[in-house]
Amino acid sequence: MDEPGLILQDLRVTLSGKPMLRLSAHVAPGQVVSVMGPSGAGKSTLLGAVMGTLSPPFAVSGRILLDGRDLAALPVEARQIGILFQDPLLFPHLSVGSNLAFGLPRALRGAARRAAVEKALADVGLNGFASRDPATLSGGQKLRVALMRTLLAAPCALLLDEPFSSLDADRRAQIRSLVFERARAAGLPVLMVTHDPADAQAAGGLVIKLD
Amino acid sequence: MRLRAMPMLTLALLLGPVLAGLVGTLAPAFGILPVIGRVEPGVDAFRALLAWPGLPGAVWLSMVTGLGATVISLVIVMLLVACWSGTRSFAAFRRALSPLLSVPHAAAAFGLAFLVAPSGLVVRLLSPWATGWTQPPDLLIVQDPAGLSLMAGLVVKEVPFLLLMTLAALGQADAVRAETVARSLGHDRPAAWLKAVFPRVYAQIRLPVLVVLAFSMTVVDVALILGPNTPPTLAVQVVRWMNAPDLAMRLQAAAAATLQLALVVAALGLWCLGERVVAWLGRAWIWSGARRAGGAITAALSLALAGSAALTVLAGLGVLAIWSFAGFWRFPSPWPDAMTLGNWVRHWPGVAEALGTTIGISALSTFLALVLAIGCLEAEHRHALRLRARGQWLLYLPLLAPQVAFLPGVQTWMLMLGVKGGVGAVVAAHVIFVFPYVFLSLGDPFRAWDARQATIAHSLGAGPDRVLWAVRLPMLLAPLLTAAAVGFAVSVGQYLPTLLIGGGRVQTVTTEAVALAAGGDRRAIAVWAIVQTGLALLPFALAVGLPRLVWCNRRGLLHG
Amino acid sequence: MLKRMIATLAMVPALAWAEPDPADWNAVLKEARGQTVYWNAWGGSTTTNDFIAWVGQRVTEEFGVTLEHVKLSNTGDAVSRVLAEKQAGQDSGGAIDLIWINGPNFAAMKEADLLFGPFAEQLPNWALVDVEGKPVRADFTVPTDGMESPWATAQVVFMYDTADMEPLEDMDALLGWAKDNPGRFTYPQPPDFLGTTFLKQALYGVLDDTAPLLVPVEQADYDAVTAPLWDFLDQLTPHLWRQGRAYPQTGPRQIQLLADDEISLAISFSPGEASTAIAKHQLPDTVRTFVPGGGSIANASFVAIPYNASAKTGAMVVADFLLSPQVQARALDPAHLGYGTVLDVAALPEAERALFNEVDLGIATLSPEALGPALPEPHPSWMTRIEADWIDRYGVTR
Repeated sequence: MDEPGLILQDLRVTLSGKPMLRLSAHVAPGQVVSVMGPSGAGKSTLLGAVMGTLSPPFAVSGRILLDGRDLAALPVEARQIGILFQDPLLFPHLSVGSNLAFGLPRALRGAARRAAVEKALADVGLNGFASRDPATLSGGQKLRVALMRTLLAAPCALLLDEPFSSLDADRRAQIRSLVFERARAAGLPVLMVTHDPADAQAAGGLVIKLD
Repeated sequence: MRLRAMPMLTLALLLGPVLAGLVGTLAPAFGILPVIGRVEPGVDAFRALLAWPGLPGAVWLSMVTGLGATVISLVIVMLLVACWSGTRSFAAFRRALSPLLSVPHAAAAFGLAFLVAPSGLVVRLLSPWATGWTQPPDLLIVQDPAGLSLMAGLVVKEVPFLLLMTLAALGQADAVRAETVARSLGHDRPAAWLKAVFPRVYAQIRLPVLVVLAFSMTVVDVALILGPNTPPTLAVQVVRWMNAPDLAMRLQAAAAATLQLALVVAALGLWCLGERVVAWLGRAWIWSGARRAGGAITAALSLALAGSAALTVLAGLGVLAIWSFAGFWRFPSPWPDAMTLGNWVRHWPGVAEALGTTIGISALSTFLALVLAIGCLEAEHRHALRLRARGQWLLYLPLLAPQVAFLPGVQTWMLMLGVKGGVGAVVAAHVIFVFPYVFLSLGDPFRAWDARQATIAHSLGAGPDRVLWAVRLPMLLAPLLTAAAVGFAVSVGQYLPTLLIGGGRVQTVTTEAVALAAGGDRRAIAVWAIVQTGLALLPFALAVGLPRLVWCNRRGLLHG
Repeated sequence: MLKRMIATLAMVPALAWAEPDPADWNAVLKEARGQTVYWNAWGGSTTTNDFIAWVGQRVTEEFGVTLEHVKLSNTGDAVSRVLAEKQAGQDSGGAIDLIWINGPNFAAMKEADLLFGPFAEQLPNWALVDVEGKPVRADFTVPTDGMESPWATAQVVFMYDTADMEPLEDMDALLGWAKDNPGRFTYPQPPDFLGTTFLKQALYGVLDDTAPLLVPVEQADYDAVTAPLWDFLDQLTPHLWRQGRAYPQTGPRQIQLLADDEISLAISFSPGEASTAIAKHQLPDTVRTFVPGGGSIANASFVAIPYNASAKTGAMVVADFLLSPQVQARALDPAHLGYGTVLDVAALPEAERALFNEVDLGIATLSPEALGPALPEPHPSWMTRIEADWIDRYGVTR
């Protein structure tokens, strides 16, 4: 039962008793599964169910397993799932460095903590950005910070909610490959919701169509 | 989970005293006041009330000034927003809004009276060269029997309040795009706004408008200063009878308070009826396809009206400032014969003492109201509770129920339960009136906050409390401070709750100022009114300044 | 300030003491030390407020009693408060320790057993009071019975602006003058006590036989007695300020009208008030006072202690202090208050008599001889009845 990766077993979501979504899937570590479909097909509902942010009148049944753990009873913060939204959503009141440190395990202290942040920035070509105000960054820079913030929290899976749609075409490809590359390197199962076929194609994995 | 109970607890804290107070008022109205030996229920008090020859006049005045002030304020604000939102003149109003809002009603009323009275500044500036008057003309301007000056005094204070509420509503009504679409279909500015935006905005500000109506009908301090006395408004008469040395008059006062309550209910009903008529007329107007609403003329008129409302308050404060430094000031000199610091020196010891008490009470009640409001909103967020329309009404109940109708009842109950009237009780009473404003002020920005921020923070391993303290509240610092400033100003302005619940032992800047108003020493009134205004204004200045200081390196938080 | 708030919050409920006995004055002084006395007194006049603040300082220095002035806009507030406390069964530890009171408020509280006492005539300084010459044992004809202690006397005078007019001999002259100078006179709107006082003064002025006023109104032919008053007011009202469609709400507001030159003539219940107001830049220095030929109404101001007061001994100490020559002489001084004394000045020892003789009564104050005869207040029932009738006739503009 402790098969690695993200497993959705007959996941069903209803809204006030009305069925919204029904899905089974297995996302193996390092693999990207794309979910496509028109607006209203339940893409965000799916992400909400996996994240654990749906509350009544939504109801979720079926099982969500992450590396063999059943997530059903766990609150969002205990699920160890990272998420990237369409907007980078950096915390505007914190510096870039503090944003990155937000999800770092507490065990990492002092110089080690600072070093982890600096290294994460260097990894995505943003050396010396730690003290910057996030509002002064370009769109691509913000997304890179958001990605590293998510990865520093050491998640066991990654969800992508149309994360590239705010970028222009040439930057999109660049960031997309960065994200996939990083996720693969970390061995994370990735569930991506998108309406852009190019995203799904670049992901190279299974494509699930909702309707 | 304790947070889940927060909204119910808060409603109980707010509504318990209001409902208990109403019962405590109804009993004597129907003849039950054991201390003077009345235990037999009866309607004698109402009979005595009906026999008062001033009753028709007082009732008429309450209705006319209440409805009149509300309609005029609403029309001014709607036309101003319709014609000017998004322009530079409008930005000027926006900036003047907080100071105007924080001027306590009594201070604004005094300012108005000092301006327009026959011996006021306006006549002084025009005399004798333009008017030929060497003595003030015998004209009944302030306290006129029709209540016009009372209405004016209410309008100048309600316009900023409704404007603030409207600005908050505009954001949610998608106003700019709706107006653009309507204008592209050939409507002039006011017509486009009134047809496309007004219905949505009005739905949002409806309850605040009703609060303005209830307040205008029952206000005591403004009516004492600007309202007529032959007869006065019903609310003033209630307070007079409550203060009558003949203890049996308490019954008549309670009956009048009950009538006042019924009048407010009737006026609210009348208003809702009026809403339907306006809606029907509006639909007919939209259907007719008329595309003009007086464009430039409406624009000029609305700017003139709103501008004079704002200027009146500011000029009134100016006159108060002059009076606070005035030596003898003979008519028709436009300037005092002598300027002196003496008035301030004389009143400062008393002012300083009352200032300390006032700041303590207002800070504490604002803090408690903020804690309750954040608790309710966070419970709403975490447990997906929704304040339905009915809940919204409950929230507004302390603002809709006339203070003169339930506070005396609260006082009686407190004493029966052995609760000492003191600073603590006054703080608790203030929370009842402060909380709705704090909640309304904070609610929209709190709910508008992007919940995905919370999802992200959770996904990074942060529990609900850390998200609240480390992400949500810091990001909402500016609205939090604004809500605190609103709450503080509301608390500073409370008169009847402080007087009645404090047992007269708790002296704030406002109780002192209103007590002085009974006198008429303009210099003293001016000193206290200026202090009162400054005290209410200071938190607004802090609310604007602090976030700029704290977030000077965070552009993302400074756009607001 | 914070300290005071905490102290108030932490205030322990007063224990039920045995009733203090004013005859054992040393015990009273001892118990009073450290008490806080909440004196509920009309707060509409900054002059009296300043005076009360001074009294507060002095009793703290001399007796260790803290005096808090609870500023009322209407003495009825305090009556209501005590009533509400009694209603709630709070028979001790009440919020009010001392009330500045007289007339109908006193009559009502005495009638409803809301007062502590008798204590007034056991106060040490009572010996100095001019019991014969001053109206200190009857308040609006109601016997005080020691339930309230006097602290000032007052007599009706009219303040007038010498730039506009000459003194008037009687009510007829006032009416004639008002007709010639419409809009230049008004009086505070009854039930303001000063406004009602004007009605009573006018009643004295139009009556030949004033004896019925001193007995309860039920024992007199009310309609017949008051008919000349209503006749007088019917004639006067159209010539009042704002044609009688509005009235100033209080005495101080009326003074402001005089200062603004909106009126030329105003009534006052304090012979020294005009001088005090001139000294404080609140009136032009052309204002003087006069009394009508037949004399004018005089009464006394008292302090009373509610039956459930928390600090009865402290309140008695304050009441006694108010009767001391140093306080009485200061009250007489228009630079401070300008109120008449209740003491028998002639009987005081030389040094204390000097305190009074040194007082400069001010440019607008009449000498005691020029004040003329003092008329007694009518029985309170007259006041209530006339007030109610006035409100019916003139309080509602038709």
